[in-house]
Amino acid sequence: MACAAFTESLTFDSAVAYRLHERVALRPEPFGALAYHYGNRRLNFLRAPELVKLVKSLDGHESVRAAFDAAEIDPCRWPSFEKALASLAASDFLVAEESTAS
Amino acid sequence: MTLIDEPRPENLVLSPVKKSGLANQMKVGLDAPICLTWELTYACNLQCVHCLSSSGRRDPRELTTEECEAVIDELQRMQVFYINIGGGEPTIRKDFWHLVQYAVDHGVGVKFSTNGSGIDAAVAKRLAKSDYVDVQISIDGADAETNDHVRGEGSFATAVEAMEHLDAAGFEGFKISVVMTRHNIAQVDEFEAMADRYGAQLRLTRFRPSGRGADSWEELHPTDQQQRDLYRWLIDRPDVLTGDSFFHLSALGEALPGLNLCGAGRVVCLIDPVGDVYACPFVLHDEFLAGSVRDEGGFETVWQQSDLFTELREPQSAGACASCGHFDACQGGCMAAKFFTGIPVDGPDPECVLGHGEAAMDSVARASVSKDHSRTAVTIGRKPGAGVRSGAAIG
Repeated sequence: MACAAFTESLTFDSAVAYRLHERVALRPEPFGALAYHYGNRRLNFLRAPELVKLVKSLDGHESVRAAFDAAEIDPCRWPSFEKALASLAASDFLVAEESTAS
Repeated sequence: MTLIDEPRPENLVLSPVKKSGLANQMKVGLDAPICLTWELTYACNLQCVHCLSSSGRRDPRELTTEECEAVIDELQRMQVFYINIGGGEPTIRKDFWHLVQYAVDHGVGVKFSTNGSGIDAAVAKRLAKSDYVDVQISIDGADAETNDHVRGEGSFATAVEAMEHLDAAGFEGFKISVVMTRHNIAQVDEFEAMADRYGAQLRLTRFRPSGRGADSWEELHPTDQQQRDLYRWLIDRPDVLTGDSFFHLSALGEALPGLNLCGAGRVVCLIDPVGDVYACPFVLHDEFLAGSVRDEGGFETVWQQSDLFTELREPQSAGACASCGHFDACQGGCMAAKFFTGIPVDGPDPECVLGHGEAAMDSVARASVSKDHSRTAVTIGRKPGAGVRSGAAIG
């Protein structure tokens, strides 16, 4: 676990639960998935199948860290995956569970 | 390429894979387009001198309402997130609002381009209520004189009126779309101010020598200096949408936001009013015709199996640009711009910032425009209806 350092982020907290915004659609692609947000009309690329799986699984876990554990992703890849999730949260593709989607 | 406004650079780093890896993935194509342009009709109340589809008259073979609905059903199955509807002036179609609603009801978002003539106060209010419909108002000058020179007398006032209706209805973030020409490129700050005034988002796209644009190219395409100025302006404003259309300028240095590649037949395509499917929204020409939604197997088969699209997804030769150190940045430029200026697909872009396009153009004969729907011959700076005989000026 030595290389699994979660970075501080003002907008993203891996200690809490997140889920996919209800107005985001995922379309499977060979590289992972395309994600489209019907609310802000932005497009994102989820560029690893493991990332897609992780994003889909977020809803069932009490925190992002718990989802990482359950997904059995190599801890060395955690920082880059966490960065990806933070970026998705920043563009409102992911919402923290306690907040209400608008 | 075209019309993909959303992928901003920060969105392209969502995994440990390098950005070039994604670009390569895009080049080999996707199971369905990311976005798709659908020209619903060639009918138009305007006859802009640069119209890429040479619109004016309705084609009597236009897809019926039922056929359009069947296409939308198919797009839903393929999970095409949204479609860009254009024309012609799409709001002229009697079933336009029905089709927009049909798409939305089937999970296919809609952005439609209009000259504003169909957007009155009531329509604006209805549109403001829908989260799944986006509107793009086309103008080509920050004042009536500059705009109407290209789009016809009165067209600026019509567009502004539509923007005022949308603003008054509380429609936030509608798009103001401008084709960059020699005459309006100096007005970019004014366009930006206009977008701010209406709470809209500015979208600047490249002028291409497609359709009637072939005839107005010499007068309207930007100068080399203007291209450089625009590049700096865009680099400073990553939030201005461009439909990824200026990637040929990336040879000037830092890449502009976007995928920076030609997406023709790989991530985008166009369906025309009669259901023909073209690789690129800017090349409505038989050479880039892949099939028809009316063919057996419909759109999906054309997208996934047509010979043309299969060919476009093969590795492309850098051709004449292979020895240029900037090829990785500009990818040889825009296929449409090359095609209609007579440059081979593997040749340099006619507006290559290193000047390679000029020489290439001098040495070749231009492709002729094969589809013309103009009502009357169109000459630049004309008054509406002042043209002569149908189609006389295009050859």
